[in-house]
Amino acid sequence: MTYKTRADGRKFDETRKIEAKVGIIPNADGSAYFKIGNTWAYAAVYGPRNLHPKFLQDPSKGILRCNYNMMPFSSSGERVRPGGSRRSKEISMVTEKALLPVLDLVEYPNSVVDVFIELPQTEAGSRCAGICAASMALADAGLAMKDLVAAISVGRVDDKIVVDLNYLEESYPDGPVADIPVAMMPNQGKITLLQMDGLISKDNLKKALEMAKKACKDIYEIQKKALKEKYRTEAEEQV
Amino acid sequence: MYNELKNHILKLFGSNTRLDGRSFTEYRKPFKVETGFTNTAEGSARVILGKTEVLAGVKMEIMEPYPDTQDEGSIMVGAELLPLSNPEFELGPPGIQAIELARVVDRGIRESKCIDFKKLCITEGEKAWVIVIDICPINDAGNLLDVSALAAVAAIKSAKFPKFNGEKIDYKEKTNKGIELGDLPMSVTVIKIGDKYLIDPDSDEEKVVDARLTVASLSDGTLCAMQKGGDYPLAAEDIEKMIDIGLEKGKELRKLVK
Amino acid sequence: MSEIKVKDKDIVVPGEVVALGMDIFPGSGTYREGENIISARLGLVQIDGRTIKLIPLSGRYIPKKFDTIICKVTDVSLNGWRLDTNSPYQAMLPMKEATSQFIPRGADLTQFYDIGDYIVCKIFNVTSQKLVDVTMRGVGLSKLKGGRTIQVESNKVPRIVGKQGSMVSMIKDATGCNIIVGQNGLVWINGTPENELLAIKSIRKIEEESHLSGLTDKIKEFLDNGKAKPSV
Repeated sequence: MTYKTRADGRKFDETRKIEAKVGIIPNADGSAYFKIGNTWAYAAVYGPRNLHPKFLQDPSKGILRCNYNMMPFSSSGERVRPGGSRRSKEISMVTEKALLPVLDLVEYPNSVVDVFIELPQTEAGSRCAGICAASMALADAGLAMKDLVAAISVGRVDDKIVVDLNYLEESYPDGPVADIPVAMMPNQGKITLLQMDGLISKDNLKKALEMAKKACKDIYEIQKKALKEKYRTEAEEQV
Repeated sequence: MYNELKNHILKLFGSNTRLDGRSFTEYRKPFKVETGFTNTAEGSARVILGKTEVLAGVKMEIMEPYPDTQDEGSIMVGAELLPLSNPEFELGPPGIQAIELARVVDRGIRESKCIDFKKLCITEGEKAWVIVIDICPINDAGNLLDVSALAAVAAIKSAKFPKFNGEKIDYKEKTNKGIELGDLPMSVTVIKIGDKYLIDPDSDEEKVVDARLTVASLSDGTLCAMQKGGDYPLAAEDIEKMIDIGLEKGKELRKLVK
Repeated sequence: MSEIKVKDKDIVVPGEVVALGMDIFPGSGTYREGENIISARLGLVQIDGRTIKLIPLSGRYIPKKFDTIICKVTDVSLNGWRLDTNSPYQAMLPMKEATSQFIPRGADLTQFYDIGDYIVCKIFNVTSQKLVDVTMRGVGLSKLKGGRTIQVESNKVPRIVGKQGSMVSMIKDATGCNIIVGQNGLVWINGTPENELLAIKSIRKIEEESHLSGLTDKIKEFLDNGKAKPSV
């Protein structure tokens, strides 16, 4: 069996349409949203701020705390019961591990940088969208970062290697599938999140990661533009 | 804790003005109601009032009717005060503020009878629709009660039933059938600081509220739900005046959901 | 060959290569990786000869020694006061630093500063663990009575104050308000209701446009327009 064309007409290395905006939650120290296809993630950063209870404090540096949550009406199927699940707890943890390598929290001992990710709409690729939004929000919050973090899912659908699997591809019935969310520091090419479920050969995995690298570089350009746009629009208003 | 702030607000009252220059019965700007921001939910609405922004979504589920109302469906309202929206909000199960918010919004909708529960029944005694409304603030800059109530009503108005074949719901296929709605409830929270009555409090004003009264009303001025909050008591005259303000502002809100 | 890839006042994001070459010096907000000098934050480029650094556009205030800040009293203990500094770190005001008068032991400290009071104080010590000590002994340090306090981006404070206080003086003159700007991003304003509002609006405008040029003229125009209308 071969996977000939993608249901939504995309090329195999094409992502869904992306939209990003920074500074959309006034109360937060930094915020952003990242929309890819029908998956939409908001991220808000509060911090560095006071950390309680005291036993969580690290006297050598600040800590990063991430929370990923799907709004009850976000799923394309049944309502999602509020309160998180084991899945959302795991995603919170890998999100934290994906973002930590770019941050330098030595200037903020005993404090915490809280990242809250909320999704009003999800249709595949939600953890990656969350990471993309969170990365912009952290930069918006003025934190020291070596690089941004971009994330995308790559994988295999039957005999093709694809970028940004959509909902139908994730559950493709006519052949083997591998779904591989990847997060990277786009300018250094270093991987900070890598998960996989499905079946794939080592060679195909290499190809998929190459495609992820390119896609993440493209996403970085979008994130960069969104961050600069927050300040540019005010400049354009002056003209 | 907020004595300086309260004193300053009371001083501004002397000049008939508030911290941001508004009059006592003026809503912040912008004030927008948008529906259908998502296509995964059966209905959705987003309300922006000043810097406060709330999302509401409607999901529809099938339930077995309750034993004493075998021919009726139901509604359920949930609210989570997301830590994303306010540095004071903590992670965890809904606290009393979230619970009060959900229940006050629920009462406004339920008691207005804008949804006829009998029309939600599919098979008596066996299957009925339950309309589940979830409220998620994106930014809390004050007056979550009113913004949430408005978002919930707008979301219900825009909702469409998913396809149901008698056994299973297919959420991916929406029908063209909306919820048959009667007169919608409009919710206005009137606050009292000192001896003045104000609507649409911002975050600073909320810190020094003496008492508040949330009034939900129908288009002919009938009251369908009320909730008093705040640590101080209200005299009967206060309540009468606050209801009048609530009714008048309710008319203004109704135009936004048309 | 060395090359600076950006110009003064450009906005750059983390990970961007701002310069190339071993004879360009990576100033604050940047780091070197091989030949490249890379941005380490969201910031505004400032080129100083052969040094390239980034001015932060945002970021929470971190207490620094000698800063003059506005704090809110959150707790009164037997020998001092605990203060909210608008940062992740609280400050302590010890009894002997509270005033130039002598405070006898066992005195009721709330008579001097009570919970909820705003005070202007100066940081005289910050430890590596960011324990902060402040003093009220000094010129211009006092309890704030009346007025209102707003929060601004602490990184924008230099623009709000202006060169040698020129910007904040302009606002004070135009609005007749008493204004004190804390380096921690708290600003205290005291005047008539309309003038307070005008002062606040001009400060917010400075915050939003701090990275643009011609700011002084724009604010002057804004203040003139604001004064012309009786109700803003």
